[in-house]
Amino acid sequence: MRFDQRHLLGIEPLRPDEITTLLDLADKYVTLNRRRDKHANALAGLTQINMFFEASTRTQASFEIAGKRLGADVMNMAMQASSIKKGETLIDTALTLNAMHPDLLVVRHPQSGAVDLLAQKVNCAVLNAGDGRHEHPTQALLDALTIRRAKGRLHRLNIAICGDIAHSRVARSNILLLHRMENRIRLVGPPTLMPAGIEHFGVEVFDDMRSGLQDADVVMMLRLQKERMDGGFIPSEREYYHRYGLDEDKLSVAKPDAIVMHPGPMNRGVEIDGTLADDINRSVIQDQVEMGVAVRMAAMDLLARNLRARPKEVMV
Amino acid sequence: MTKTLISNARLIDPEAGAVRDGALLIRGKKIAEVFDTLTPDVADATRIDAGGKFLAPGIVDIGVKVGEPGERHKESFKTAGLAAAAGGVTTMVTRPDTAPAIDTPETLEFIRRRANETAPVHVLPMAALTKGRDGREMTEIGFLMDAGAVAFSDGMRVVQDTKVLARAMTYARSLGALIVGHPQEPQLSDGAVATSGKFASLRGLPAVPAMAERLGLDRDLGLVEMTGARYHADQITTRRALPALERAKHNGLDVTAGISMHHLTLNEMDVADYRTFFKVTPPLRAEEDRQGVIEALRSGLIDIISSMHTPQDEESKRLPFSEAASGAVGLETMLPVLLRLYHSGDLKLPTLFRALSLNPAKRLGLPTGHLAKGAPADLVLFDADKPLILDRFKLQSKSKNTPFDNARLQGKVLRTIVSGQTVFEAT
Repeated sequence: MRFDQRHLLGIEPLRPDEITTLLDLADKYVTLNRRRDKHANALAGLTQINMFFEASTRTQASFEIAGKRLGADVMNMAMQASSIKKGETLIDTALTLNAMHPDLLVVRHPQSGAVDLLAQKVNCAVLNAGDGRHEHPTQALLDALTIRRAKGRLHRLNIAICGDIAHSRVARSNILLLHRMENRIRLVGPPTLMPAGIEHFGVEVFDDMRSGLQDADVVMMLRLQKERMDGGFIPSEREYYHRYGLDEDKLSVAKPDAIVMHPGPMNRGVEIDGTLADDINRSVIQDQVEMGVAVRMAAMDLLARNLRARPKEVMV
Repeated sequence: MTKTLISNARLIDPEAGAVRDGALLIRGKKIAEVFDTLTPDVADATRIDAGGKFLAPGIVDIGVKVGEPGERHKESFKTAGLAAAAGGVTTMVTRPDTAPAIDTPETLEFIRRRANETAPVHVLPMAALTKGRDGREMTEIGFLMDAGAVAFSDGMRVVQDTKVLARAMTYARSLGALIVGHPQEPQLSDGAVATSGKFASLRGLPAVPAMAERLGLDRDLGLVEMTGARYHADQITTRRALPALERAKHNGLDVTAGISMHHLTLNEMDVADYRTFFKVTPPLRAEEDRQGVIEALRSGLIDIISSMHTPQDEESKRLPFSEAASGAVGLETMLPVLLRLYHSGDLKLPTLFRALSLNPAKRLGLPTGHLAKGAPADLVLFDADKPLILDRFKLQSKSKNTPFDNARLQGKVLRTIVSGQTVFEAT
């Protein structure tokens, strides 16, 4: 069992055995998290800085709890309110923080590739908490853990990913991960919300929910951003819900034990029916949140082990 | 008058489409004689032994961005001129997309004075087509031509209002002015930094469909047909735009097309992990598009190759890909980079110099661009085989933003001659 990464910038560089290593460790942290006493010391003595250049509640909270449970000193920086407003470049911000000797840097940024750029300039481990439309690796890993625990395996499953694929970093990371673990992936959504060249990703593409969801083991819904609802990409919210919103009727063509997932936050009545989202027999949405903390603990633990195995470097 | 004989050379004649052994005599600023013998007997001439290397007409580079006025920290006429000389470019045709834009005879006069004072090569300025490059009112095309503007262009900003462009073209026609367009559908390409396709989707970059180029070209060609204007498309980079271009030429419209060195030698995959030195306008294309434009260049459908030299400082490139500045320097690297296509068997040397020297000179009505008696002695002597690893910090340009840093190239400029004078000699 190996994990050879210095950073977690995306799913793209991960090997299947590294994904399995991470999920196995996350399983152990799920058990820990369910105990009354949840403390471990894998990150004791390390400093974790969360830099969110884009608003986030759940991901940031999840990373913060994960770090604290493992004994790291966690600091949150609300980057929207700070120096970028004063014209400081991303690289200068990174170098400034780097000088404070953090060990783990968790970064979310609205531009694709910004986290890669930042990772080149610091000598701590960088975790991508979402960059533009590019990747959101911990979300894909927590989804994978949720699926593996619900289905008992993470291969040869029919997985439908539905909604706004084009603007979704969650979709990209999930496609890469689930494809690498040898699942059959269907993408379902209006053609205006499908990225160009998607047919080369090893997926099947549907613009109709009923054919896309046929015999699915997993139905993964994506959030539709408010700003895309007003006639630019889809005619209206109500037509979208009618054609692409997940409800009992559309779900009936999937396998009887199909699970329903959503990365949150949900628009009830836009991409998913509210009652269905709350149905504990079908929906694993709350499990996803729980797995999120465990997966982030595992990711930071593995990166910290690699960090400690490396000799301390001077500033690059 | 001084006489210089370049003997023992391989002469590249883009007009005849041939390479032959020979020698060339320069008298004053002009070519006095072209010989078919390697070492002709000429009395009282200074002799340069070419050592069997290639001698070609100097490159005429349409679309060079110099940082004057406004961004002299990125490039001055002096540094651009040194880069040009080192790259075998004997004529730079400069872009008007400076700050402020070159849109009045007075600013054009400033350019001409600065260029003549400092640049060792010929500098011919283009002027803006619309005031402030705003796409609303045409510039003083007549006065600007009197002041020396060789063509009119709003650079890579598309004139969005079709009526404005139609009127500018109609007016330009009466003066015989050449309009250089940037064929691109402006709404489709708004905010895009990559070409739509698998790569852009994988990297999550805002992208423009390749079709936007043809849509832009179709509109411009429609207006050319309507107005009879002389038109040059700065860069045709996609396969899909080629049939439209072919039809326009077939129908006798006064149309030519160019391509940048980067679109001939790189594709979208070269951006790899968000390498901003590979961000150019229009964005790099798919490999099949690159193959398509090479074929079009070979057949002569695409007429002219330019460096699209665009200096950018380090700061403007050290940003997330979408926010980083676009463009790459190319004056000095153009010839060795394009020789990749010669070494790969894609292009023959006369074809290459037809697009680098002869065609741009013809399009602008310049007497240069060929090896013939009476033509200006604007020449480049180069070794097509010499291997080198490019070090961007050794470039003459003030800005070092080349995508070919550390690239293995073959080809070295040995000597550049402008109006009979050696302006660059390799050490």
